[in-house]
Amino acid sequence: MNEKRTPKLLVTENKFCPGCGHGIINRILAEVLEEAGLDDMAIGSLAVGCACLMIDTFGVDWVQAPHGRAAALACGVKRVRPENFVFTYQGDGDALGIGFSETMYAALRNENITAIVVNNGIFGMTGGQMAPTTLPGQRTTTCPAGRDADLTGQPLNIINQMKHLPIGYLARGSVGSFREINKLKEYIRAAVRNQMDGCGYALVEVLSPCPTNWKMPLKAALQRLDTQVKSFFPTGEFIKEGEQIHG
Amino acid sequence: MPYKLMKGNHALAEAAIRSGLALFGGYPITPQSEILEYLSDHLPAAGGVFVQAESELAGINMVYGAAAAGFRAMTSSSGPGFSLLQEGISYIASAELPAVIVDVQRYGSGLGDIFQAQGDYWMATRGGGHGDYRTIVFAPASVQESVDMMPLAFDKAEQYRNPCLILSDASIAQMMEPVLLPEKIACNPDHDWAVRGKRGQAFKRVTSTMYYIADFDAYIKKKYDTIQENEQRWEAVQVEDADVVLVAYGISSRICKEAVALARAKGFRLGLLRPITLWPFPEKGFAAVNPDVSAYLSVELCALPKLADDVRLATGMNVPVSHFLGGAHTPSSRAVVEAAAALLNQ
Amino acid sequence: MVRVICAGFGGQGVLTAGLVLAEVAMNYGKKVTWVPSYGSEMRGGTASCRLRIRDTEILNPFFEEADLLIAMNQNSLDTLQGQVVQDGVIVSNSTMVNVSGLRSGVRVVETPATAVAAELKNPRGANLVMLGAAVAAIGLFPAEAFADGIDAYFAGKGHGNPLNRACFLRGAATAGRG
Repeated sequence: MNEKRTPKLLVTENKFCPGCGHGIINRILAEVLEEAGLDDMAIGSLAVGCACLMIDTFGVDWVQAPHGRAAALACGVKRVRPENFVFTYQGDGDALGIGFSETMYAALRNENITAIVVNNGIFGMTGGQMAPTTLPGQRTTTCPAGRDADLTGQPLNIINQMKHLPIGYLARGSVGSFREINKLKEYIRAAVRNQMDGCGYALVEVLSPCPTNWKMPLKAALQRLDTQVKSFFPTGEFIKEGEQIHG
Repeated sequence: MPYKLMKGNHALAEAAIRSGLALFGGYPITPQSEILEYLSDHLPAAGGVFVQAESELAGINMVYGAAAAGFRAMTSSSGPGFSLLQEGISYIASAELPAVIVDVQRYGSGLGDIFQAQGDYWMATRGGGHGDYRTIVFAPASVQESVDMMPLAFDKAEQYRNPCLILSDASIAQMMEPVLLPEKIACNPDHDWAVRGKRGQAFKRVTSTMYYIADFDAYIKKKYDTIQENEQRWEAVQVEDADVVLVAYGISSRICKEAVALARAKGFRLGLLRPITLWPFPEKGFAAVNPDVSAYLSVELCALPKLADDVRLATGMNVPVSHFLGGAHTPSSRAVVEAAAALLNQ
Repeated sequence: MVRVICAGFGGQGVLTAGLVLAEVAMNYGKKVTWVPSYGSEMRGGTASCRLRIRDTEILNPFFEEADLLIAMNQNSLDTLQGQVVQDGVIVSNSTMVNVSGLRSGVRVVETPATAVAAELKNPRGANLVMLGAAVAAIGLFPAEAFADGIDAYFAGKGHGNPLNRACFLRGAATAGRG
């Protein structure tokens, strides 16, 4: 008989739109934290955007930073409470746009924190504006004719920014398919373990669909994610146990 | 305990360590960089954490994080950097967390210049960032007061769970005076509001407390009314019989104290009301002033009068309030006496 | 009460001379303020500090008129002599400073500080020669006791040097009241 099991950390139904990838990522994170016995010792830092909806539905201690500043805040928490598991959970607009500096410098200092950055190529909460990760040609409410990379620059690839840094762990996963979801769980597990082993900064970027603002049915959104988006932002592990992975 | 000759910036930093400072996150800017320099050396040795942040924005959020975790945390800055801190200060106030922020004032808007000034008065006393909050603002007039206000600021920050500001300036920061330092105290970070992982308890959410407090408007109004009622601090110098009362804080109050002595020696009944807290403004201090006082004169080191507004509000504008501005140059006590005497003769 | 200006080129040790004076005065139980030249004043290579030394609370650390000017270079003398009170004291570094044409109504103590320091093989001690002359000239503290304070000051900074004391005492002797 099949049994429906929900991690205890998911204390109530999430508030994300139907088809949003955050729900899957939340669940994976909850499962990993419970497996690792860290649900009681985790402190999350989030800021502004759809990600922050989990402050009421994901049952760990939380601190909510100003937009973009979650990494700096997490450093402050981790430095004074090194025994806790401290993580950030942010969207790409938050972590890579307004918070690019804070995100990069946390990595440059190799802070012993774990960063989850959800890349859905869009500003979700504010209604679908162009994000740092919006693909060339992609239509958003602030680039209605499609992103013109000559005018707005190329999408920000945070993995490329960080893959030469002496940090602990770096990976990009996706929720675009069952196969990718299973790999994503391994990445998040490794990123959590990395911190508890004191190995420094870990970041997992997660490709995620936003059917609402992409204005697509879920199936089409997942299809786009697993093809177009993934070919621009390849998934995989890039740094593991402090060693760069070539290939 | 012997006196130690210390620079204002170093004294502030040492006093912070002795007040149980656990984390400092900050960014260099003249004239407060010596606070960072001192703490980079001495804070880790005392068991605390020093982080040179990539910006003031990051620094104040490191403070936010450490404060949320229950630890005593501080940042310091000046002028342009103080502007950048405002976002984080608003968040810390909104989350009702304790923290201490030092602003070593420098002259001018924009880049300005590095010499002493008192031009951040409005930003310091009106909240500075967005929304409904105030910070408790302490204004040291000497190196010793820079020391004495630090443990007080942390205590008040924790008592009210609200950020406190120490508003110094380049001259107090750079000058040296003999000081007595307090003993180092130990602090317990495990406040019931602090995040430490839920450890078997319900999970905590440190964010704007407005989301979780019923009738928040009334609640927060009452909080700041209580501070306003209980935390006014001032020093009154010969105001009871004064014909003209100077109002000045920080370094300009030192000049004014000398002006009072100078005037009194000539038979001119000059007094001084020195706000020690700028918010809450010490309205109560005006009760002791000679009811027949002819005029108030605010003495400020800035190009535009700011403190003068609070004097008008505190006195109900029943007595004329003028201002004497130092701007880029520190006025002499003689010039202050002349300006005050001119008011009397009007 | 004494108001002191100590001025010279950056690198001549005028801030240190002021600090030593401040620290010794403090250890004598005096109230003291030490204010360095700062900001735009510092551009152009001139450094200075201003001290007040007093038995009771120092109200205002700033002042317009000084009782004592320690001028290590010509520019300091020329620009600051006007701030010295009537019957005040100017100590000038006669190795580098020409006092002809100086205003009247002040007592001038000339001491060849740079030369003395070189002779004593402590070229960085010219500021202490000047300080010796100044302390002797105004009679604020006994020279020998002050010299002990100098030793303590530099020992406390981790670079004690007996030649510092020698510089100070030679300076004091040049002022005639050592």
